[in-house]
Amino acid sequence: MTSSDGPSVAARAVPRAPGEPRSTAPAGEGVPTRRRATVHPGAWWLWAISLGTAATRTTNPLLLALLVAASAYVVATHRSAAPWARSYTAFARLALAVLLVRLVFATVLGSPIPGTHTLLTLPEIPLPHWAQGIRLGGEVTAEALVFAAYDGLKLATLLICVGAANALASPSRLLKSLPGALYETGVAVVVALTFAPHLIADVQRLRAARRLRGRPDRGIRGLLQVGLPVLEGALERSVALAAAMESRGYGRTAEVPARVRRTTAALTLGGLLGICAGTYGLLTAEGGGYGAPLLLAGTAAALAGLRLGGRRSLRTRYRPDPWDTRAWLVTGSGVAVAALLTLASARAPEALHPGVVPLTAPTLPLWPAASVLLALLPALVVPRERS
Amino acid sequence: MIRFEKVSVTYDGAARPSVRDVDFEVPEGELALLVGPSGVGKSTVLGAVSGLVPHFTGGTLGGRVTVAGRDTRTHKPRELADVVGTVGQDPLAHFVTDTVEDELAYGMESLGLAPDVMRRRVEETLDLLGLAGLRDRPIATLSGGQRQRVAIGSVLTPHPRVLVLDEPTSALDPAAAEEVLAVLQRLVHDLGTTVLMAEHRLERVIQYADRVVLLPAPGAPPVMGTPTEVMAVSPVYPPVVALGRLAEWSPLPLTVRDARRKAAPLRDRLADAPARPEPGAGVPGEDRRATPPAAGRGSGRLFRRRPAPGPRQPHPADAHALTVRRDRVTALHRVNLTVAPGETIALMGRNGAGKSTLLSTLVGLLEPTTGTVTVGGATPHRTPPRELIRHVGLVPQEPGDLLYADTVATECAAADQDADAPPGTCRALLSRLLPGIADDTHPRDLSEGQCLALALAVVLTARPPLLLLDEPTRGLDYAAKARLVTALRGLAAEGHAIVLATHDVELAAEIAHRVVLLAEGEVIADGPTAEIVVSSPSFAPQVTKILAPQRWLTVAEVQEALG
Repeated sequence: MTSSDGPSVAARAVPRAPGEPRSTAPAGEGVPTRRRATVHPGAWWLWAISLGTAATRTTNPLLLALLVAASAYVVATHRSAAPWARSYTAFARLALAVLLVRLVFATVLGSPIPGTHTLLTLPEIPLPHWAQGIRLGGEVTAEALVFAAYDGLKLATLLICVGAANALASPSRLLKSLPGALYETGVAVVVALTFAPHLIADVQRLRAARRLRGRPDRGIRGLLQVGLPVLEGALERSVALAAAMESRGYGRTAEVPARVRRTTAALTLGGLLGICAGTYGLLTAEGGGYGAPLLLAGTAAALAGLRLGGRRSLRTRYRPDPWDTRAWLVTGSGVAVAALLTLASARAPEALHPGVVPLTAPTLPLWPAASVLLALLPALVVPRERS
Repeated sequence: MIRFEKVSVTYDGAARPSVRDVDFEVPEGELALLVGPSGVGKSTVLGAVSGLVPHFTGGTLGGRVTVAGRDTRTHKPRELADVVGTVGQDPLAHFVTDTVEDELAYGMESLGLAPDVMRRRVEETLDLLGLAGLRDRPIATLSGGQRQRVAIGSVLTPHPRVLVLDEPTSALDPAAAEEVLAVLQRLVHDLGTTVLMAEHRLERVIQYADRVVLLPAPGAPPVMGTPTEVMAVSPVYPPVVALGRLAEWSPLPLTVRDARRKAAPLRDRLADAPARPEPGAGVPGEDRRATPPAAGRGSGRLFRRRPAPGPRQPHPADAHALTVRRDRVTALHRVNLTVAPGETIALMGRNGAGKSTLLSTLVGLLEPTTGTVTVGGATPHRTPPRELIRHVGLVPQEPGDLLYADTVATECAAADQDADAPPGTCRALLSRLLPGIADDTHPRDLSEGQCLALALAVVLTARPPLLLLDEPTRGLDYAAKARLVTALRGLAAEGHAIVLATHDVELAAEIAHRVVLLAEGEVIADGPTAEIVVSSPSFAPQVTKILAPQRWLTVAEVQEALG
């Protein structure tokens, strides 16, 4: 296995001469994942989602900042050089925008938080009586702003955690772990997702081309004029991709007896109905008795349907990511953070939700802060990817 | 292995069939080349092999196509996926996954091969195509040649018995093209794969072909034979065949090596012939050319420039110590370039050497990181677009990017308006460049050559003294290329300075006065065409290689010298 060659091999390697000794590839069974010292993408997503969950448990800016710092450190040390890893920056910008928008709204539209420290007074625009409850302008208090900042920071942290998941494991890698019956749908979704980045690239190219025609390349009119060519181009590319996928065997299915097909349909539909009815039962007051068993039965039937449906699919998996000890550790560290913060918010709500009225400086609660640091565990147990 | 029986294809809404009476057979283990002018239905024939025509494209297929005994009428493309591998013109449109290794495995996953078989074949294919160092790389970061090899590899892993390729080398630089062709030849020789490919650049591929299928004209039945037989009658042929026909060599040579063996008498005749003219000679307005005829020949080391008449005008383009950095990569490094009026410069170099970046900087699409660039005295990225088009015009790699309107007529009218030119200017230019384009055609329905002509006319409407072209011959057949050469020579004679980035050595030999070679963003050679290309094995045109050590560049020159 030539795994040690790495990207240092000349970018344009010449095909080997026939006589040259060729490295023999080991067969698939039991091959250690020496090259792919990566963690199951599902583990990264669970870790990131858990951190996001933890972020929703608190409004303490110090804890939130600690969460962001911990996830950012892991991303900085473990993201690959791949283009999708750059999405982290985009998510960070989005988070910042969310925070700013939240603050602007609190300033302009006022806030229900009663405050005494007036920072400035905007001219208030009187609104007709049917718009009661909405205020434009007026007093802006420090309490309202601080509350908005805490709230915005919570949302921003959540977004940054999702960005971390994107940077550490591309969604299409996650796709490989989907059950066979859902794979084809998954591919369609992922291909649709790549549509947007391509569209943006096209818009940039065509706006540049406008400059070559002597027209201004900025402004909304420029955007509108390239709209149609961009859509045409995107459509053409989609058709070309569909043709390529078709000729590469996408959608090949195995012959399945009619009986199995009917059973699959019945199980899936019945299972979904069961899940709906069971959820309804659980949520309503009088359905407590039948809710839980119906939900369980429905889930079981739907899973069986999926499994049976997988028979129609011929697909095999090339080097599926194994769920190993590292994956458990990564997931575990995330879940632990979420669980500990949930526990802390129940035990000591005042430390995790610093008071706004009256204004107090937030303090760093020791035990919750220590538990947030658990999120750094992946940085220690997962070896770095080669860049 | 591939058998066409009386095949005709009529697309929905078309008045007449795109191809008719196509009847040929490609035996197992042969490399067959599909040639013909643009628009004769080469892509349709290729699509019929993989079943995409008619299952995916629609239309009516008459006759019968069988591949490895399977009838494409009853087998959908996905059911042929295990015997036919198809690579289209644009490898980027072909990729489904993100990384090289996953892409190689994708086809096999669809076919449901066992994991250990997949693993073995991926490793074999990585070695076969020299991709082992790229296995983890995201596809988006690969160069053109690497992408093409990954695309070929991705259809190779299911071990198809037939490989269908549409213009596999047209976007590649000469070295990368040879790399891809070497791989194909190895597949044919070692694995017995049957290959059917269409390619416009015959000088690159003809020597690898076992047989040639020629579609001489739209709707005409194909001619089938060995390369030598077909090239004797073909309307499209590479320079080596053109020289062979001129010198009446029989049998016709197809490779430089064969031609050199026969060329000794021709070299003797040419040695006595009158002095070799410079490229671009014989063009009307020769006296206005920037090159004094003696400058490029013999002792002329430097390209002397005639002083500009009257008050000294700024150069059409002037770059000094130009450095451009994009995404933390240095695309250009301390490039100096001066372009004189009436001069034609060919920018050459590998894919990714910085040719397109240099052109983009000259039209102000990119800002120099350090150094200066001026076009006609103006700084491109600070000049408003309306003003800039009077100094410089660029025809991008995809000429269609310049076109927005629904019809050719409105496109031309818009161009007149953009350039403040009298109405009808653009249309007149277009008719001069390429007659016979109807006013009401949609720009997307134009052929590659027509689209290029329209984009060129649009750019020329503002009369820019400097004209830039990025890969103008991609997808053009020899006839369209010859028309382009005539048009560009005419423009140079009128005093337009032309800079073209190209991989096409034959084009450079035909029209360029000067060649600038770029490598990794630096200028590594800059001088008269004859001196630069003769000294480089990969950038020398075929005629130069055949007649070395004499310095001839094109068949036209040889013909003129012989009288």
